[in-house]
Amino acid sequence: MIPFSIQLGTFALSLATWGLPFDASTHGPAVDRHLLLNLWIILGLAALAHLILLVGLIARRRAEATSWHVEYLPLAALAILFAFLTIRAERLWAAARYTGADLSALQVQVVGEQFAWYFRYPGTDYTFGVTKPQLVDAGAGNPLGIDPADNHGADDIVTSELVLPANREVDLRINSLDVIHGFSVPEMRLKQNAVPGMTIHIHFTPKVPGTYAILCTQVCGMGHYRMNANLRVLPAEKFAAWLTAKQKAVQR
Amino acid sequence: MAHRKTKGGATVSFRRYLFSTNHRVIGVQYLVLALVSVTIGTLLSLLMRIHLVWPDYIVPFHGPILPEDYLALVTIHGTIMLFFVLTTAPQSGFGNLILPSQIGARRMAFPVANAISFWLTATALLILLSSTFVPGGSAISGWTAYPPFSAIASAGPGQGFGMDMWLASIAVFAIAGTIGAINTLVTIIKLRCEGMTWDRIPLTVWGWFTAALLSVIAFSVLLAALLLLFCDRHAGTSFFVPTGDLVNGVIHAAGHPGNGSPLLWLHLFWFFGHPEVYIAILPGMGLTSMLLANFSRRRVFAYRMMIFTTLLIGFLGILLWGHHMFVAGLNPYAASAFAVSTMAIAIPASAKVLSWLVTVWRSRPRYTTAMLFSLGFVSLFITGGLTGPVLAQPILDEYLHNTFFVVAHFHLIMAMAGIFGLFAATYYWFPLMSGRFMSERLGRLHFWTTIVGAYATFLPMHLTGLMGEPRHYAQLIGVPNAAGHLLAGTLPLNRFITWSAIFLATAQLLFFANLIHSLYRGKIAPPNPWQATTLEWHPALHPNAPFETSDGRIVVYRQPCEYLATAGEELILPQWRSDGIPNIKPE
Repeated sequence: MIPFSIQLGTFALSLATWGLPFDASTHGPAVDRHLLLNLWIILGLAALAHLILLVGLIARRRAEATSWHVEYLPLAALAILFAFLTIRAERLWAAARYTGADLSALQVQVVGEQFAWYFRYPGTDYTFGVTKPQLVDAGAGNPLGIDPADNHGADDIVTSELVLPANREVDLRINSLDVIHGFSVPEMRLKQNAVPGMTIHIHFTPKVPGTYAILCTQVCGMGHYRMNANLRVLPAEKFAAWLTAKQKAVQR
Repeated sequence: MAHRKTKGGATVSFRRYLFSTNHRVIGVQYLVLALVSVTIGTLLSLLMRIHLVWPDYIVPFHGPILPEDYLALVTIHGTIMLFFVLTTAPQSGFGNLILPSQIGARRMAFPVANAISFWLTATALLILLSSTFVPGGSAISGWTAYPPFSAIASAGPGQGFGMDMWLASIAVFAIAGTIGAINTLVTIIKLRCEGMTWDRIPLTVWGWFTAALLSVIAFSVLLAALLLLFCDRHAGTSFFVPTGDLVNGVIHAAGHPGNGSPLLWLHLFWFFGHPEVYIAILPGMGLTSMLLANFSRRRVFAYRMMIFTTLLIGFLGILLWGHHMFVAGLNPYAASAFAVSTMAIAIPASAKVLSWLVTVWRSRPRYTTAMLFSLGFVSLFITGGLTGPVLAQPILDEYLHNTFFVVAHFHLIMAMAGIFGLFAATYYWFPLMSGRFMSERLGRLHFWTTIVGAYATFLPMHLTGLMGEPRHYAQLIGVPNAAGHLLAGTLPLNRFITWSAIFLATAQLLFFANLIHSLYRGKIAPPNPWQATTLEWHPALHPNAPFETSDGRIVVYRQPCEYLATAGEELILPQWRSDGIPNIKPE
C-alpha cells in the first residue's frame, strides 16, 4: 500500500502540471482552443449529469415525472450544443484538409517502413525522381529505391530526420513501403496514416524553431514503439544553409 | 438449474448439460465461457500494464516480455474481450438465459442451431487461445488486423500461422454469431406469448433485438472480409495489398497484377467493427432501463421513446464506421459526413441518459447490488460517452486518434459500462438461475471497489492521451529521440494507472468469492424476489417450477414496470397480472 500512496502523490502532482504538448504550428492554437472548449463543455456536462443523478437519489420521494418537457427541452439544448461544436470543428477541418497546399509550399516526401521514417527533398530541380520497390536497398544507401535511370532522382535528398524552415508552408506527401504506419507529430497537432499504395498530402506551417517528436501511431510490428524520428524546425536562413550543405553532399 | 430425476444417470446428465439444446443450459454455458475469457483477458491486460511501467519484470514460466509479446497481449486481450466477453455474455449468455422467458416463450426458436452456435463459439475461443503455442506465437496486429501487416506472413512474428488461427477463430465466431442472431430475431418475432405486443416488450428484449439485427448485418460483412484476407494470404489475390508492396525485403506477390487497397479492409472491418460496439452495449442499456425502473418503483420514463432510440442507435450505428478512418486516408469530405452521422448518435444516447435520470429522480430507490451496478452503468455511460462527440470531430481526432484518450473512451463506455451491465444482470438474475440470492454485503463492497478502480484506471488515460501517448507502444522507457522525452513524461501517470488496474482486477476476487459462496450458501430466494414485473419471474416460467402446475398459457396484459402506490402501500402489477386493475395508460 505504501508504493500506492506514493503513486497517489505523484499522480496529484502530474494532475496539476499536465497539459497538451507544446504547440509549435500556426494552425495549432485554434485546434487547441477548440479542444479545450470541448473538454470544458464535456466536463461541465458530466458534472451536471452526476449532480442531477445524486440530487435525484438523495431527495425525498415524489410522484413520478410525466411531463415531456424534461425530455425534449434538454435534448433540444444538447442538439444545438452538438451542432455548434460540429460546425466549429468542420470549419477547422475544412481549413486544414479541404484544399491542398499553396503552390509555393516546400515539398517533402515522408515514407514509412518497418521501423523508420525517411524524408525526401526534391533537390534543385524541384522534382522527385521515380522510385521502384525492387531497387530499395538501405544498405547501399538507397532506402527508398530511387531509380538511377531517372535524372530527376539524382539530386534528391533523403534524410532520417525531418528538417523544416519556420514560418513556411510545407506540403507533405506521405506513403509507406510496406504496411500502414501512422505519421504523427503531436507538437504540430498533425496525424495522418501512411498507407502503402497511396500518396496522401497534408500541409501545415511550423512556427517555433525547436526539435519535436515524430511518432508512429498505427501498430506496424514489433518495432512500432521505437519507430520515430526528430522534426527539427530551423529559422529560414539556417534551413537554407542546411539544405545547401545537403545538396552539395548529393551532387558530389 | 433444476435437477429432475431421470433414468440413466451420468450419461444422461452429460448429454443434458454438455450437449443440451435447452436455452437455459446454453445460456449458462455461454456465461461460463465468458467468465473464463474475461479472466484470461484481464490477466493479459495486467501483464501489459506491468510491462509498460516495469519493462524489466520477468514473467514466471515465460521470461521477459518482448515487444512482439506485448503486441500479442494487446491483440489477444482486445479480441477476447470484444468477441468472447462483451458480445458473448450479454447477447448469447443472458440472451439465452432470459430472453425467451421475458417474451413468454419456453424455448428459443431453433434449439439445435442454438447448441451448434455455442459449440462453434467454444471452438473459436479454443482456436484463438491455442494460437499462443504455434511457431511465432499469436497474431500481433491488434484486434483490427489492418493489412498489409495482417496479409503478409513475413511482416512480423505471429503474422504467420498465428494470424491464420486468428482469422479462423474470428471466422468461426462470426458464423456462430450470425446463427445466434438469427435465432434471437426469429424467437422475438415468432414466439411472443399472447398479449406481448411490440410496445409491451421489455427494453432488454429491444436491446437484444437491435443487437441481433446489427449482428446479422455486421458479422456477414466481417466474414466476407476475413475470407478476402485469407485469399490474400494464401490464394495469391490482392484485395488489400497494393502492387509492389515491399515487406521485410520481399515484394509481395511479385508479378501479380492485382493492385489492392488496404483502405478496403478498413471500410469492411469498421462496417462490422462499429456496430459491434453497439452489439456489446445495447443489451446493457436495455437492462439498465428496466432495473432502474424496477428498483425505483417507477415506469421507465418515455418508454416508447426508449424503444425508438434503441432502434435509432442501431440504425445510426451502421452509418458511422468512417469515424475510425479520419486520418486513415479517407477523403476529407467523407470525414465531414461521417462526423455529422457520429455527432447525430449523441442525440438518442442523450435521450437515454435523460430517461434514466428522470426515472430515478426523487424515487428513493432500493439500493440492491444490481441497482448499484445499474447506477454505475449510468455514470460510466455518461463519463465515457461524453468523450465520443469530442472524438467525432475530425480536427480533434487528428490529434487524439490512436492515443490513450481513445483507449480511455472505449474502455469506459464499452468495456466498463458493458461489464457493469453484466454485473447488474448477474446479481439480478442469480436467484432465477440458482434459487438463491448473491450476498448483498459482498456485492456492495464489490460495487464500490470496482467503480473506484474503474475510474482510477481509465480517467487518467485521458490525460496521458492528451499528453500524446500512443496506443500499442510496448515500451515507454528507453525510446530514442524527442519521442522518448514525450513518452517518459507520461510515466508517473502510467504508474498510477497500473496500480489502479491491479486494484481493479483484485477487487474482482470479491465477485468470484460471492459467486461461489452464494451458489452453495446463498440465502434462499422467494419467487420473484425483486417484485419485478417482467415475465422471466412468472411462476410458470420459473426454472424450479414443476412443469405440471403450469397450464401452458401465458398471457400478458400490460407494459412492464407498472406500480401503483396507494396510501403508502405498494402494488406491483406484473405483466401477467390480469385482475381488475386497468392497464395504466402509457405516457
